Amino acid sequence: MTEPTTTDPKAYLSHLELGEPDKTFLDTNELIINMGPQHPATHGVLRVILKLDGEKVLGTECVIGYLHRGVEKIAEHRTYTMFNPYVDRMDYVAAVSNGLGYCEAVEKLLNVEAPPRAKYIRVILTELNRLASHQLWLGTHALDIGAMTPLFYTFRDREEILKIFEKYCGARLTTHAFRIGGCLYETYEGFEDDVKKFLDFAPPKIEEYEELLTTNRIWLDRTKNVGTISAKDCIALGVTGPVLRASGVKWDLRKAQPYAAYSEFDFEIPTGTNGDTYDRYLVRMEEMRQSLRIIRQAVDRIPEGPIMAKVPKVMKPPVGEIYHSIEAPKGELGYFIVSDGSTQPYRIRVRPPSFVNLQALDIMVRGQLVADVIAVIGTLDIVLGEVDR
Amino acid sequence: MLDYITSYLSSNTTPGQAGNVFWAFVYILVVFGGVSVAVMAMNWLERKALAHFQIRLGPMRVGPHGLLQPIADAIKLFTKEDIVPDKADKFVFWIAPLIILCAAFSVYIVVPFGPTHAITDLNIGVLFMLGVSSLAVLGVVMAGWASNSHYPLIGALRSSAQMVSYEVAMGMAVVSAVLMTSLNKTGTGTLSMIGIVQAQQQQQIWFLFKFFPLGFIAFVIFAIAMVAETNRAPFDLPEAESELTAGFHTEYSGLRWSLFMLGEYAAMIAVSSIAVTLWLGGWMRPFPNTLTGAIWDLVFSLFPGAIFIALAVIAFVGVVRMPKHPYFRIQTLGLAGFGAVLGLIGLILFAPPVRDRIQDIFWFVAKVAVFMYLYIWYRATWPRYRFDQLMKVGWKVLLPIAIGVLILTAILGVLL
Repeated sequence: MTEPTTTDPKAYLSHLELGEPDKTFLDTNELIINMGPQHPATHGVLRVILKLDGEKVLGTECVIGYLHRGVEKIAEHRTYTMFNPYVDRMDYVAAVSNGLGYCEAVEKLLNVEAPPRAKYIRVILTELNRLASHQLWLGTHALDIGAMTPLFYTFRDREEILKIFEKYCGARLTTHAFRIGGCLYETYEGFEDDVKKFLDFAPPKIEEYEELLTTNRIWLDRTKNVGTISAKDCIALGVTGPVLRASGVKWDLRKAQPYAAYSEFDFEIPTGTNGDTYDRYLVRMEEMRQSLRIIRQAVDRIPEGPIMAKVPKVMKPPVGEIYHSIEAPKGELGYFIVSDGSTQPYRIRVRPPSFVNLQALDIMVRGQLVADVIAVIGTLDIVLGEVDR
Repeated sequence: MLDYITSYLSSNTTPGQAGNVFWAFVYILVVFGGVSVAVMAMNWLERKALAHFQIRLGPMRVGPHGLLQPIADAIKLFTKEDIVPDKADKFVFWIAPLIILCAAFSVYIVVPFGPTHAITDLNIGVLFMLGVSSLAVLGVVMAGWASNSHYPLIGALRSSAQMVSYEVAMGMAVVSAVLMTSLNKTGTGTLSMIGIVQAQQQQQIWFLFKFFPLGFIAFVIFAIAMVAETNRAPFDLPEAESELTAGFHTEYSGLRWSLFMLGEYAAMIAVSSIAVTLWLGGWMRPFPNTLTGAIWDLVFSLFPGAIFIALAVIAFVGVVRMPKHPYFRIQTLGLAGFGAVLGLIGLILFAPPVRDRIQDIFWFVAKVAVFMYLYIWYRATWPRYRFDQLMKVGWKVLLPIAIGVLILTAILGVLL
């Protein structure tokens, strides 16, 4: 696609093979509207150009980059340690996962391994973060579909997780919890009690969300058979995470390529069958419960010992390249790092799950209604900080 | 002149029927003033109740427990810059909110707050109400079109389709209630709003329970259709904020936006009043059949005063629980004053002459208030319907049931 030089939205759509509207005696002109970048339900600054026939969507085009900060380019001018806080700012909803992916990738490059205790702390915090991310997703997704109340319930419960983060590392959102080679901070006194308290606190709350939504007639109407995507399309587009699993593919990097300490825990991978919005909702709800299960095992079995491996003060990884990916709450989060042997990476490329998943939007909404676009953007669980980087 | 004014007092009918312009004017002022105050109260109540549904506090800053928030909002909206989009159709843009407002307020002309407490009693009251309230859709379409913007246009399209479809089911439900009024010796029914309540009085049954469950089903259909008619959750598609930002009034701000809001809330109260009139016995007190006798009459007539006293007590509990810091002194005093006013009103309502006159209005308003609470409850609980589903519910579910109920009611009416 050549870059259009005009501001006319139609230019962006020129390469799309848009279906013609059904020709009837009531034939009307197609309507091209901008959804975003300032729109309450595009989760940030996503701009979607919609081609509509009445309420029916004929085609979409996502215009991204409104939140582009050049994170990957910044990495080329920072040392490996200095770049670590930047990754938190990509998917700010799941900052811990981002940090985990980056630290593990650099560790792989340096050929060091974090000590077991550090790995367990990483697992606990990452899974807590997965819960927080899913709770934020649920609240905003439900709000997009019109149910206001779950948002406040999920934020109330997410607060408990953020409190644990705050006590652990001083930050709530962009935590910078992990360091290359392990963790900087030992767990604070009462950390395990706090986590255990949360483990008892969370399950009834999840029940509460489900009570409001799972069997709600309107919720079923709005999510069943909406934004359906087949497993084949998912794989072809590289869609990962709960979206892929809801289409029936049992693919979770925590099981497929275990990292951190995940091989030591017992948990299920929930999958759906239809690949519609409702299945994705159910998959994520079940993932919350499975996360709690992992955290419980980790807290019970957390080993004693050092939390930092031996890493040089000045990191100079050997010349080479590495790709390491983890299962972030939104899907496969990968880091491709090329080292030229200096203190700064030659190139870092991030494979963000939100960016890749967003591609599926067009397939999922074509032929459906405007209201479904909102539902599908919500169910894809995108964070624009990560899409644009 | 004085005779003209006092002559009405002995006429024992509504000012409209008595043809007394003075009292009609007074009633209009009282009703419209009362509705405007009710809208402001509803604004505060909705924000408070919704907040408590959602584990928040709601407005707490302006006045004690945010009691002055609606006034602050009104001042803010009145003093805002008046923006008309550049390419908007200025005249239509101007007139659209007024149409909605007029449509919503005109319904009150026939709303009977009591046997004589109505502006007038049209013999086609129900028809008038249906006709006038459906004029609101005109304002919505005009607002959407005149804004010359995509989102308002889609909002207006949705809204017109929605209001037109639900009016059909609503009309059918209303007709089945009107049919029930003809079940008397002469077999003549009435379309007059006061007549409908009087028919319920004569038959000694609220139409809600008449031919159970037929009356109940018709009522439920009306209750659903009236939510759709007023564009409230879960049928708030025309102004679905997550899809169309604000629907047909996206381009409106300041005073004109507040007129839309005033119209919307006034319409909510209006349709609730109609539901109360048609099915819930209008101004009649609860349990008129089982709890009869002078003592029960007395007990029920004490309710209005008791409610106000209870509100005053709640206010005084709030005063006691206020933080004792000097910063809260004005708020504490304000709340105490508010409680005192409520208590005073309560005491006045206990006085026998006031008590007898105010009863009808009190029970009517209390029943309407239940509907207002339901509106808030719906909004806190349910997601929003999609456009095609909304149409499906309207045409494929509500309408057939409404027609079935209508036919069954007619058959039963003939047989009994």
